[in-house]
Amino acid sequence: MTGQEWMFVVLGLIGTVAAIRLVTTREIVHGALYLTVTLSTIAGAYLIMAAEFVAWVQVLIYVGAIVILFLFGLMLTRAPIGRAALDNQQRAVAAVIGLAILGGLSYLLLEAFPWDSAERISGDPAGGTAGALGESLFRDYVLPFEAVSFLLLAALIGAIVLSRKDDRAR
Amino acid sequence: MIRLALPLLFSAALFSVGVYGVLARRNAVLVLMSIELMLNAVNVNLVAFSQRIGEITGQVFALFVIAVAAAEVGIGLAIVILIYRNREMINIDEVNLLKW
Repeated sequence: MTGQEWMFVVLGLIGTVAAIRLVTTREIVHGALYLTVTLSTIAGAYLIMAAEFVAWVQVLIYVGAIVILFLFGLMLTRAPIGRAALDNQQRAVAAVIGLAILGGLSYLLLEAFPWDSAERISGDPAGGTAGALGESLFRDYVLPFEAVSFLLLAALIGAIVLSRKDDRAR
Repeated sequence: MIRLALPLLFSAALFSVGVYGVLARRNAVLVLMSIELMLNAVNVNLVAFSQRIGEITGQVFALFVIAVAAAEVGIGLAIVILIYRNREMINIDEVNLLKW
């Protein structure tokens, strides 16, 4: 194993443990903070894979914006504490399904890409720069890009309409 | 040089934890957070394969997924706040008006 792989293993373990804490914690605000840890380790994983632009977008959008949105959502609703308030009765079934998915996916992935096969991520820094991504985005994917910007506009208007207080109903 | 299996296993772990969260949580905000975990697992796979085959399309799609996830969280939280305003709670197993 190379140094990059050890680093990836450490980041992956931190991220996975924080994700597990996120879905098992009894305090909902702690859950949001564990989500921050997981998203940051994923950004670190992108950096190790030399996808620098996606890594910084991850930090900006996820760690910077989406977690703040979640914290606002928690602030505007009641934030209950305790297992009965946060979990439903299906924990055992859910754990079985989650473990089954984990086992099945790991088996299939290790079957397709064995541990000692020659499949390696090169980690070439030229493969993920903002320049390369922008060129591909604005040369080959202009239409999807415009569609996404339209979707964001629709989401913006939708969020305003949904959360506006309707005075006529009162 | 990173083995391709490492990011794939990482994303498999994140995805299954997200599935557990969606199934076992009843607070709507926590369910949305678990959905974010699953979307991030997909992104890790996209970036890993993109860097493996030296083709940048996967990273472009990861950016699209991030943008759509941001829109989803905005709308989702607006709906959650609306439910809270009407019913004083956001337990999604009690919001079953449209369930058959």
